[in-house]
Parts: sequence; structure tokens; C-alpha cells
Amino acid sequence: MNFEKNDDGTVLKLTLDKKLSAVTADQLEKALEKELVGVKDFTIDMAKLSYVSSAGLRVLLKAQKYVNQHGTMKIINAVPEVMRIFETTGFNEILNISK
Amino acid sequence: MSVLNIDAEVSNLDKVLAFVDEKLESYGCLPKTQMQIDIAVEEIFVNIASYAYNPEKGSAAISVETQEDPLAVIITFTDGGVPYDPLKKPDPDVTLSAEKRQIGGLGIYMVKKSMDNVTYEYKDGKNILTITKKF
Repeated sequence: MNFEKNDDGTVLKLTLDKKLSAVTADQLEKALEKELVGVKDFTIDMAKLSYVSSAGLRVLLKAQKYVNQHGTMKIINAVPEVMRIFETTGFNEILNISK
Repeated sequence: MSVLNIDAEVSNLDKVLAFVDEKLESYGCLPKTQMQIDIAVEEIFVNIASYAYNPEKGSAAISVETQEDPLAVIITFTDGGVPYDPLKKPDPDVTLSAEKRQIGGLGIYMVKKSMDNVTYEYKDGKNILTITKKF
């Protein structure tokens, strides 16, 4: 995972790769607790992500709820396999996903 | 049939997936199907690691085999933890808003939706969960 933040710390872009599994979701959750403070515009690029388990969905939901309080979060470039997981679980209605 | 006996710990997830992937690749499984199977394996293994023996520790056995006509992979998870049938858990309401959403039960729901067959039995003091996926 890679984070890019603008100078005043309000715009954050996260690039995920490979897997969001129980192991990597735990790492992401810890990283987001620090990185999301003060962020108003949060983008997650999923172009290189091909695997999301329920542990990953839990962290995405937590991030969305947190950012909803004072800003916006959007997901870009989700691949069809990952979109299918979002659709099966109804997460396509919860998360802000750009086509 | 190949069997992996491993401590039921979330930190062993990558070892479990490597074991399953090696078998799936030898069968010529498509990457997309392999990803669905891997996620199902994760959900079931993480459930066993999190709840079967808690707070004690224990092990799980994972076996992988194929059947012909229709060509399918059958993966069986066996643990000696507390009797628990995850298939009895009601499906989560996937239409709720972010604020009302409960995350419990989502993993086994994903397994049920993505696999062709999922069965549970409790036999000789063991939980036995079997998933079947055509490929």
C-alpha cells in the first residue's frame, strides 16, 4: 500500500495492490488511524487490487464512516472481480465507487 | 488428496493460501476462480482461527481434492473446537446503510454466494466444513 498526501494534509490518495486479506487489512487499519486524521478528500485507487475478503470490507466500511463525518471518500479503478464482491455484499451502495 | 495440518492462527493464513494455490494451479484453475476460492478459504480459516478454540489454541486440517464430471475442487476444513455450524447464521442484511451495517456474518455469506456447494457436519468431536467449486 502507498499513501500520497498533499501539503496541507487534507487530500489523501491510497493505492492498494494485490490482496486486502485478514493480514493486510489489519495493517491497513493501523495505517489509516494515523493517515486519515484531518483528511477531507480521500481517494483509494484499486487498479492493482484483485482480492478483497470480509476483513478488507470491514476496514473500508470503517474508513468510509470516519471520513463521512467531515469529508468525502471515493474508490477508483476497481477491477471487475472486486466490483463483483462489492455488489454481492451490497457494498456498492455503501461505498462511493467511481466507474 | 493433499492435507495440511496447521495451527489455527490468523498469522498462518498466507501458508494456508499458498498450500491451496499450489494445488489449484496444478489443476489448471483459472485465476478468477482461484481468487474466489482463496477468499472462501480465508473466510473459513480465519473463522476457525478466531473462534473455534478461543481463548485456547488448536489446529485445523485442510484437505484439497478434485472430482470429475463436473470438474470441481473440494476443500474440507476440520477442527476440534467448539461445535459451530456457520451455515445456521442468518444472512446479513446487505441493503443497510453504512451507519447501520453489521459486519458479522459477511464472510460466510460471501462463501455461500461464491461457492457451488457448502456443507457442515459435526462428527466424532470435529467440525467439518466442505466447500465445492466447479472450474
